[in-house]
Amino acid sequence: MKGKRVPQSGGAGLARREFLAKAAAATLLSLAPGIRLVDLAMAREADVPVSEQVRWGMLVDATRCAEGCTDCVDACNTEHGLNGSGRPEIDAQYIRKLDLTDPATGRSFSLPMLCQHCETAPCVDVCPTGASFRRADGIVLVDKHICIGCRYCMMACPYKARSFVHENLTDQVPSTPRGKGTVESCNFCVHRVDRDRRPACVEACSGAGHDALVFGDMNDPNSQLSRQLQEVSSRQIRADLGLNTGVRYHGV
Amino acid sequence: MNMVYQQIDGGARFYFALAVLTMIMALGAAAAHYMELEGHHVTGMTNQVVWGVPHVFAVFLIIAASGALNTASIASVFGKAGYKPLARLSGLLAVALLVGGLTVLVLDLGRPDRLIVAMTTYNFKSIFAWNIFLYTGFLLIVAVYLWMMFEPRMNRYIKPGGLVAFLWRLILTTGTGSIFGFLVARQAYDAAIMAPMFVIMSLAFGTAMFMLIWFAACAWTGVVVDAELARRLKNLLGMFIAAVLYMSLAYHLTNLYATEHHGYERFLLLEGGAYTALFWFGHVLIGGVFPLLLLFSPAGRSTSTIALAATLVVAGGLAQVYVIIIAGQAYPMPLFPGMTETSTFFDGVVAGYSPSLYEIGLGMGGVALSLLIVVVALRVLPFFPHSTGSRSTADSESAAASAG
Repeated sequence: MKGKRVPQSGGAGLARREFLAKAAAATLLSLAPGIRLVDLAMAREADVPVSEQVRWGMLVDATRCAEGCTDCVDACNTEHGLNGSGRPEIDAQYIRKLDLTDPATGRSFSLPMLCQHCETAPCVDVCPTGASFRRADGIVLVDKHICIGCRYCMMACPYKARSFVHENLTDQVPSTPRGKGTVESCNFCVHRVDRDRRPACVEACSGAGHDALVFGDMNDPNSQLSRQLQEVSSRQIRADLGLNTGVRYHGV
Repeated sequence: MNMVYQQIDGGARFYFALAVLTMIMALGAAAAHYMELEGHHVTGMTNQVVWGVPHVFAVFLIIAASGALNTASIASVFGKAGYKPLARLSGLLAVALLVGGLTVLVLDLGRPDRLIVAMTTYNFKSIFAWNIFLYTGFLLIVAVYLWMMFEPRMNRYIKPGGLVAFLWRLILTTGTGSIFGFLVARQAYDAAIMAPMFVIMSLAFGTAMFMLIWFAACAWTGVVVDAELARRLKNLLGMFIAAVLYMSLAYHLTNLYATEHHGYERFLLLEGGAYTALFWFGHVLIGGVFPLLLLFSPAGRSTSTIALAATLVVAGGLAQVYVIIIAGQAYPMPLFPGMTETSTFFDGVVAGYSPSLYEIGLGMGGVALSLLIVVVALRVLPFFPHSTGSRSTADSESAAASAG
């Protein structure tokens, strides 16, 4: 406390008590970086609204993403019951592997492309009914009950991240209700996130030992995601559009 | 000048037209029903080309609707009394085309049964949501405008009514163009010129459609086409065609200047196969150069030449809208500009699209619905004049001016 004198007035006790209370609260919230006793959004109760204090996001480390590996895609398809009709041009793909080559240098790399969960999402802007919406915690979703299937969001999405359900569905997965004639996309496995679990693609990538996908709270400076975003260079895809995406890429 | 209006006769010809149009409409309805039942996999649409031929028909009909009101606007807003006899037909066609276009648009939705949701749940940042008001508002305004024309006591309100309709339709077409203009990510769109270009396109397509319907109604009723009025309208049509070509030129020149758009321009203007053919032969030649030559050639005074030119404008217009909507989607969006992209989701490649019979059927059904509305309305209400005037157009204008 060098250079700062503690006032000796009667208010000192109060100030001290206040400080101690805050310190205790801070200790409770954060015992060590990344380890918190009370997490703001984890394992949220169903009747508690999501909080703006959290912003879910993802870092894709393209340097760790193996060309030809589709573990994340397979896990996503299984998680959401995307069976496929055998016609790839109409099949839904929430996440896809994008293989890129720089023709000038010949450098190739591979990365997963998915809904970027933009802060100012064009799909949300253009949706006439508000079916495309962004949850307070940053997850962009489609309300299947009010989607009229106009597909304007698919026209507007800069990442081609949306699919239209072209045909009758069978064997749906209860956690991902889908509807013929409506639009859908990656929802960051919201049903998992709300139960303190990571999205299926992230889990699969970790399980395979690649660890190319890091999921977490961008607003929590102590989250693994935030720490990695601070440490490594990353960029938004189509950053020129100024959408402040929730998915960032390293090594591209 | 007291204009006497008539209803078309209800003979065999009427019932034949009714039967043919109803049949086409029924086929369109059946196609839409099948698409809804089976899902859009029976169409040519994919996750790459999400708006197909139904949108081409819908957009064409909607913007033509706005332009079909030209004649009424010229009569009431710009005070050219010579056009007044045709103002009712102009208003009728505007409503009919819009209803046809909207029907196609709605039936092509993934969930057309949720129309009520679209009418009650709004996101006002969406230009689509604005358009719902612009379209329904247009129908209402033109209906009131027509009532003012039909009801002698309301005749004095025609001018302000016409002005509201005129302004509204400009906003409407601006809204329709902005559907594309506001798409920030796609190479072919994201351009402010889309709005004025759609306004100009609406003037050309709508005038062409109006002239064709006018000539058809004249042939049906035995009324002689007013040569002077036809000359004026065809000159106007020529101007609109030239303006459409100019807008297209400005759009593509701007793209050709900006390196980032070279890929799209190369695709559309040179290497796009069917799209390139539709652009040059459909839009530029059939929809632009040929009708201009016809209209301003010595033969351009004959009704049949004008009708041919108007038909070409409609055909070329459909080609132009097809190119704008489909080619704009078929061309891949660059996620990583400068890189070659491949994926299982058709990144980096031109998406294929071939319209299915169901989509064409739905589109044609919309056209048939528009024409059916026109035919039935002409039969039940006096929309069409007995003649466009015993005096010449210039005379009636000067008479109107002196009366005013």
